[in-house]
Amino acid sequence: MTTATAPPGAARFWPLIGGLAWSEWVKLRTLRSSYWTLLAAAVAMTGFGGLLSAAYARHLTPASRAALDPASYSLSGFFFAQLAIGVLGLLVMTGEYATGSIRSTLAAAPQRIAVLAAKAGVFAAVAFGTGLASSLAAFFLGQAIFAGKGIEVHLGDPGTLRAVLGGGLYLAVFGLLALGIGALARRTAGGIAALTALAIFLPVAAGALPASWQSSLVRYLPTAAGQALIGRTKFTPPGPLLSPWAGFAVFCGYAAAALLAAAITLHRRDA
Amino acid sequence: MIEVRGLTKRYGGKLAVDQLTFTVSPGRVTGFLGPNGAGKSTTMRLILGLDAPSDGAVTVGGRRYRSVRRPLHQVGSLLESAAIHPGRSARSHLLALARANGIGRRRVGEVLAITGLDGVAGRRAGGFSLGMTQRLGMAAALLGDPPVLLLDEPVNGLDPDGVAWVRGLLRALAAEGRTVFLSSHLMSEMENIADHLIVIGRGRLIADAPLAEFTRAAAAGHVQLRSPRQDRLARLLQQAGATTTPGPGGSLLVTGASAAQVGDLAARHGIALHELLAQQASLEEAFMKLTRDAVEYRPHQQARA
Repeated sequence: MTTATAPPGAARFWPLIGGLAWSEWVKLRTLRSSYWTLLAAAVAMTGFGGLLSAAYARHLTPASRAALDPASYSLSGFFFAQLAIGVLGLLVMTGEYATGSIRSTLAAAPQRIAVLAAKAGVFAAVAFGTGLASSLAAFFLGQAIFAGKGIEVHLGDPGTLRAVLGGGLYLAVFGLLALGIGALARRTAGGIAALTALAIFLPVAAGALPASWQSSLVRYLPTAAGQALIGRTKFTPPGPLLSPWAGFAVFCGYAAAALLAAAITLHRRDA
Repeated sequence: MIEVRGLTKRYGGKLAVDQLTFTVSPGRVTGFLGPNGAGKSTTMRLILGLDAPSDGAVTVGGRRYRSVRRPLHQVGSLLESAAIHPGRSARSHLLALARANGIGRRRVGEVLAITGLDGVAGRRAGGFSLGMTQRLGMAAALLGDPPVLLLDEPVNGLDPDGVAWVRGLLRALAAEGRTVFLSSHLMSEMENIADHLIVIGRGRLIADAPLAEFTRAAAAGHVQLRSPRQDRLARLLQQAGATTTPGPGGSLLVTGASAAQVGDLAARHGIALHELLAQQASLEEAFMKLTRDAVEYRPHQQARA
């Protein structure tokens, strides 16, 4: 709807998006819910990662020792952390609609798609930072536990850095998916329902499908595709995964589709 | 300058704003008046580009709002139901709006001081009284020092001091040549603020006139009198085309004749008058009279302006 003026060139775009990003940064850091959800994500990532690793190490058999990917398994806390990060991503949008502050936001910045981009960019940076830090912490904690059994790996080992980085990337992209869902749902309760369905019920429901479907279909589900980058954790669905970066690309595709739908909706619907 | 041209908004099948056309000019305070549900807030939202019109167009300073970059420098707005996140402090709320428009922290401090909120700037807005929330809304509207101010029910919930403060502030802003457009459902609130009134009812324009003209045109005053020969005088007045009704305390109320005409008539017939009062119609009465036709369920009747 910016038809009345010429489309802004790069020289006009960057100062605008910079101001909007700064505004969104102020909004994110001035709400308690941001700190609580990020703290919950970090605690879930490291805490559950440590617990699950300890449980695995305690009941080690030759078979389970051979099946273990120590780096990936220590990141199993992602399963719970994604819900906390997802709630924050959701709240970035639904919090504005629930309180009516979206009207202040859009009155101060009527370039709605730029507002969405600023929100997504700032949130993604914060979610990735938190995700990567807690991924690293969970990795070191897990390896310290595995070291008792002599099965630990090191960051320099093949595929290890990718898995740890993957933990942060997965959480950031899942958060973006949630942000897109938030813009579409506009309501926190409905958004959380959709998010839970996506992260938990969809993989479980897929498990009820015939085995031949499972191996071909399940790995393309959003969370299964994204997990390919982290590797085999406690919660990885059975059957083959996509290759790490291909899976992550599919996962990003889902997030991009949600954000695109959010952009169209935001642009068209009354605030 | 705000220009509204044939503005129409439908929500589902319900017509909220119906072919509105008016202009809000700079240098004066324009009141936007109508009963609850008349379409005032919808019109405000359409002006701010929050909702898209079903038909027609509206521009602020010659441009559609959604095409304005950093619009707080052009238009300051206060929306009816507080559009503020209750978990954020007053200062943080203002800072977020400021940053989106390239405005710095210093200006945030200034508007907090102007609105008398500097003492509570660090407190969460969710704990604010209605009056404080309104002040925070005013602070946000003033952030960009804009030439146009759009205020939806700004004195709603303010104590008398606050009302007087808003009046003074808006008059001063209009005197600086700014466009000030404020809505209310209470005519009494407009009495000492507005220079010009735009009245709507059921989404339609009812009146667009200077306040003074509005009062004169809308409700002619009536005359209250007492006389020892009141019945005789009433008959004479009726013969002269005026209408009489019994008034308070045994007095007689006359409409359709001025105090001078009543006095002259009484003198011609040698009737003594013990009391003769010209009653200026209050703005509230004028408003009621104007909107009665448009608001009540008599759509076949022509609205009078």
